[in-house]
Amino acid sequence: MRTDPILEIRGLRKSFGALIATDDVSLTLMPGEIHALIGPNGAGKSTLIKQIVGELSADGGEVRFEGQRIDSLDAAARARLGLARSFQVSSVIPDFTVLQNVCLAVQGGSGRSYGFLRPVLSDPALTEPARFHIQQAGLDGREDFAAAALSHGERRKLEVAMALALRPRAFLLDEPMAGMGTEGAGQLVALLSDLRSEAPILLVEHDMDAVFRLADRISVLVYGRIIATGTVDEIRGNPEVRRSYLGEEA
Amino acid sequence: MSRLALVNIAVLGLLIGGALVAHLTGHAFLVTLATKAAIFALAGVGLNFALGYGGLVSFGHAAFFGIGGYVTGILASHAMSGTPLTTLPYTMNGTNEMLAIWPMVLLVSGLAALAIGALSLRTSGVYFIMVTLAFAQMIYWFAIGWPAYGGEDGLSFYVRNTFPGVPTMRPLNYFLICTALLLLALGFTAVVMRARFGLALQAARRNTQRTVAVGIRPFGIRLTAFVISAMITGLAGSLYADLNRFVSPAMLNWHMSGEIMVFIILGGVGRLMGPVAGAVVFVTMEHLLGGITEYWQVLLGLVLLAIVLWAPGGIVGMLSGRGRDNAH
Repeated sequence: MRTDPILEIRGLRKSFGALIATDDVSLTLMPGEIHALIGPNGAGKSTLIKQIVGELSADGGEVRFEGQRIDSLDAAARARLGLARSFQVSSVIPDFTVLQNVCLAVQGGSGRSYGFLRPVLSDPALTEPARFHIQQAGLDGREDFAAAALSHGERRKLEVAMALALRPRAFLLDEPMAGMGTEGAGQLVALLSDLRSEAPILLVEHDMDAVFRLADRISVLVYGRIIATGTVDEIRGNPEVRRSYLGEEA
Repeated sequence: MSRLALVNIAVLGLLIGGALVAHLTGHAFLVTLATKAAIFALAGVGLNFALGYGGLVSFGHAAFFGIGGYVTGILASHAMSGTPLTTLPYTMNGTNEMLAIWPMVLLVSGLAALAIGALSLRTSGVYFIMVTLAFAQMIYWFAIGWPAYGGEDGLSFYVRNTFPGVPTMRPLNYFLICTALLLLALGFTAVVMRARFGLALQAARRNTQRTVAVGIRPFGIRLTAFVISAMITGLAGSLYADLNRFVSPAMLNWHMSGEIMVFIILGGVGRLMGPVAGAVVFVTMEHLLGGITEYWQVLLGLVLLAIVLWAPGGIVGMLSGRGRDNAH
């Protein structure tokens, strides 16, 4: 089995003035795993994700993706390498249909957006993979719905379909469970669990149920520092984690 | 047929049918008025490409309208006087052939947009509006201070440029030339907006962050759209110069930028036929009300206000009963 990490972060640092948002963070994402990143609000989880995807530049340290340093690449280039991301608040193109949204992602991943003549919707190179990923995400039958008309849970699935369309080598999912009802949450957990076979997932999540059910490893981020990394059981049993974050929940 | 398609056909039918009726009943002046509407519509189609579909609120499109006009006027005046434009590095003569002038217009307005866009697209929102306005005003003041081509007084060239096999001075002929270019630009826009480029451009307008997250860089997409947009508006400027056989710095003034924007807002932002509907209504109002009072724009202002408040989809949106066109 391959043991090189897909994604490796070493000594990442970022501060905003006096506020240290990322304090010497190192973590790895191994093939086939779901690595959950948990921590209280304001711990710097989103800041960390933004540095990994290239939306924010780090002050120091390095990010390696499949062994290659990607620190100098912009966000679009990192996406094309297969770093697929979902957002804390569902982020799709609201007045596009489901099919158009996913075609956009296929097109983006292909790196060819300068076609001026052929209609997107009659280009099988876009629509075929798009329909496949829509089905994978469990949205079949919804292709021609405007994204704005979808339910919250369906929009989450649309984001998953868009992430899949990038032929991802790694997923970065920022609170995918946020705002989901109990039933929807169950479905989404099953979908995320299936995603693992496509590519490993770095999962930022507040829903501890979902984290404990999905994660192979958990890292706990507090005040910009990783205070512990381990399996579900190790983290549940870690006294420092219980004190600083889990509280009575666990 | 959808209601939107009917509205689109009605708008074009009104413009073309109106011109034909005017011609058959011997109202040459009204044909010229329809020509003006077609040219303004073309300028609006250009701006709509960037503003409507790409969300790039350029307040400087008069620059391209005026550049199109000046390129036309300069080439025509040199052809008329028989003096070369330049002898270095080689001799370049003027021309009065529309088919030679238009490519030159497209080239010059495209290059100007490449430079202006490359700088102004580093900003967004209100800064983008101001930077595009500033560039256009720079060109305006430059034209005023350039005595070789008339400076403040503008430049007349007396004879309309020629088109092979068509006597362009006949009003209906010139109307048909302008309308043919308008239809080409509309068809081009419709095709591009359904293709990959249009998908990326519209996605970047609605959600830049998401567009980047699927691996598309908005800057290049937007710059390309800005250049295409300017080329179309530049072509309209060339036709306008030929309509009047006269160019002046007024074509470059920010009033002109505002007017082009008004066509789009009246007709419907990001709608294929929006600029056409807007330009027809604008020219009609100017003709009917302008004869009564020189303050007719007060009324235009009220109409604009009503549209912005109660019908943000413009005339086309109001009549077709839909939100924005989904170009895909």
